[in-house]
Amino acid sequence: MGGDLRLTAITKRFGAIAANDNINLTVREGSIHGLLGENGAGKSTLMNILSGLYQPDSGEISLAGEQIQIESPADAIRHGIGMIHQHFMLVKQLTVVENIILGQSKQSGLNKAASRLRLNLKEQSDAIAQLGKTYGLEVPPMALVSTLPVGIQQRVEILKVLCRQARILILDEPTAVLSPTEIQSFLTVLKQLAARNHTIIFISHKLDEIMDVCSEVTILRRGQVVASVPTNRTNRAELAQLMVDRAVEINTQSSPQPVGDVVLDIRDLWVNAEHRQVAALRGLSLQIRAGEIFGIAGVDGNGQRELADAIAHLLPIQKGTIEIISPASTKTKPKSVAYIPEDRQKQGLILSFSIARNLVLKAFSKLPFCRRWILDNKKITAHAKQAIDAFDIRASSPLLKAGQLSGGNQQKIILARELAGEPALIIAMQPTRGLDIGATAAVQQSLRSQRAKGAAILYISTELEDVMAMSDRLGVIYRGQLVDVLDPNAATLERIGLLMAGQSSSSSPQNYPSETLQESANEPAGKPA
Amino acid sequence: MTPIDFISDFLSACLRLSVPLAFAALGGLISERSGVLNIGLEGMILTGAFAGAATAIALDQVWPAVGVALVAGAMVGLLHAYLCVSLGVNQLVSGLAINLTAAGLTTYGARLLFETGTVALPAIAPLNIPGFQQLPIVGVFFQQDPLFYLLLLLLPLTTYALFHTHWGLSLRAVGNAPRAADTAGVSVSRVRYCSVIFCGGLCGLAGAYLTLVHVGFFTENMSAGKGFIALAALIFGRWHPVATTLACLLFGTTEALQLRIQAYGLDIPYQLLAMLPYLTALAALAGLAGKATPPAALGIPYTKEKQ
Repeated sequence: MGGDLRLTAITKRFGAIAANDNINLTVREGSIHGLLGENGAGKSTLMNILSGLYQPDSGEISLAGEQIQIESPADAIRHGIGMIHQHFMLVKQLTVVENIILGQSKQSGLNKAASRLRLNLKEQSDAIAQLGKTYGLEVPPMALVSTLPVGIQQRVEILKVLCRQARILILDEPTAVLSPTEIQSFLTVLKQLAARNHTIIFISHKLDEIMDVCSEVTILRRGQVVASVPTNRTNRAELAQLMVDRAVEINTQSSPQPVGDVVLDIRDLWVNAEHRQVAALRGLSLQIRAGEIFGIAGVDGNGQRELADAIAHLLPIQKGTIEIISPASTKTKPKSVAYIPEDRQKQGLILSFSIARNLVLKAFSKLPFCRRWILDNKKITAHAKQAIDAFDIRASSPLLKAGQLSGGNQQKIILARELAGEPALIIAMQPTRGLDIGATAAVQQSLRSQRAKGAAILYISTELEDVMAMSDRLGVIYRGQLVDVLDPNAATLERIGLLMAGQSSSSSPQNYPSETLQESANEPAGKPA
Repeated sequence: MTPIDFISDFLSACLRLSVPLAFAALGGLISERSGVLNIGLEGMILTGAFAGAATAIALDQVWPAVGVALVAGAMVGLLHAYLCVSLGVNQLVSGLAINLTAAGLTTYGARLLFETGTVALPAIAPLNIPGFQQLPIVGVFFQQDPLFYLLLLLLPLTTYALFHTHWGLSLRAVGNAPRAADTAGVSVSRVRYCSVIFCGGLCGLAGAYLTLVHVGFFTENMSAGKGFIALAALIFGRWHPVATTLACLLFGTTEALQLRIQAYGLDIPYQLLAMLPYLTALAALAGLAGKATPPAALGIPYTKEKQ
């Protein structure tokens, strides 16, 4: 096992679309190889082929010069290829140790002497704790996976493939679900793994991370390889351009707007976390005016979700008030609130519905989409066609199911639906999470144009640069309270980082990453996307 | 009749009525743990009952009949697995179709074979365990037929297998998160096929118990909702073998009770009494509403390539 991994002329089609078109790729043993591309560029498809979930229509895979066939995930494991999927492949109802030893009765697992039938949970959990220590991936072996925070779940995924003696680790957008501090420790783990001569394929569209850990990077665009370059001979701007095939302006600073009346007025808001009697918001107050983007920065799990859900009436308020004042609201045109939820696949869309139907989820019962209790499919489709053009949703037909689109296009459907009818207030929860540069720019542009039309926008993101670029005012949330409200143009990353970690003064800047990490580890499990 | 005799007698009736439920419920548990909804238990029991009865008459021997019942049930299980796993048919519809087909075919077969109406079958003799069978009351447990002892053996075996072996781990993983199990190298379709066939086999045994031990003859639709009661028992038992078997005992006891009350000739319409076990099942499930969580992937066909 081991050796260089080589893909030759891999092609995979889904219907008429070539998700992978004649792909050639060489990954050297012991290196961290970046795979960069927009959503829908074919990264995940290629990796699903490597891990045995999909079969390529044509092409060859060879490992250490020898041609191999990967017909099932079990085959991939036999060849030492382990995949860490973007959506974790964990059985949440089982414990960590059960997840790790699942399916290992036939492979040489942790303990080769272990009986093929009996599970030996105690012995195995000791071995896992040991292995975790070796790689800096500590996990509680007997805990149920559903009770663990996302960062720890990811460690379980990595341990799972390491236990299977994987020499080649494929990580599909591993940092998309992590908080900034979790990302730091995760990247350290990656470097450690590479130092132990593990080969790592790192799929991402975050240029910084690619430049930080990878020695070589391959860029995919529309199913094809456009370039393969060592990272020390390129830079962020070049990679970004290769990826999207058009010059992209990174971190567009927002232009200040004249602001209007208060639209959202929150006073002393107390909200409990869902299904628990623990206060997630503890006396939070804020005002947002028309024509203003108010950003919320903070480590995941400090009350952001509860804030958005409380405003959208998805969670009951324990104490305090939320007032939405819309100057334009009359009886005929009620004040409207747009909600862009965090989990676009579960809360934002009905994946098995067509794009057209998803677009009218809020308005299907009214004219013009419905007349005398009968849906007017022609109007609905025509409306979808308009939205597809206006929001640049890449889909061949409005009748395609929402679940068939990439993340960026799914988000555009939500935007098209929510931003229709010029809402007075927009709540955007992690609207660019997991999106590539092109889609991120499109989302940000739509929101900015709503601001220009006088909408008040609450912009919540755990990605600092994202929220700084968007906000006119920036609030930092920590343990359910706004610890400070800053001018993003004047504030430094360091200062905000400290506030996010709960330190109001800049005493010891070196301290905060480890402390916030512990903090987030104690928080309840976030939902992995 | 002394009180002790009465209690022994009642206990024995409870056991007799619970055993077929428990076989079917354990089978259903394995099937549902693997993620395949199985409302076809009823049809599988009926198939087993008929196949057992027909073989017993043809050969005048009981054990080959039990074997044939087991295989017949397993074959129906195979059919259900093929429809649900390979073809991805709606599992409710498949189960329903199995129930209706089994009811039709066995009725037809019964009218062909047992023209004269009910034909008495050779019965499985009880296996008395010397030394224990004379004990008051508990002695009842030691004068049962071999199938009862088989069930007693099966119970700890299933429990152990489910929670302490790789086989059980794969089963639980497939029923909760088939894609995760697949990526871990577990063949989802193999696990589901095996589980549903195993379930069919156990239902076949339940049917054989009905005809060869309990009733002694075959009548049309003699399973009389036992498959559905077993289904209720496994939900009430929260998909745990021991709790499920206890739930079967509860429903069996209710049935025995209502038969006793009928026998006493109290002035209650027997139709109301006959409802009792089903009402108990209903009440049990209502009390459990929202508390029992089924396997997460229950009823959802698994397809490998999905964009």
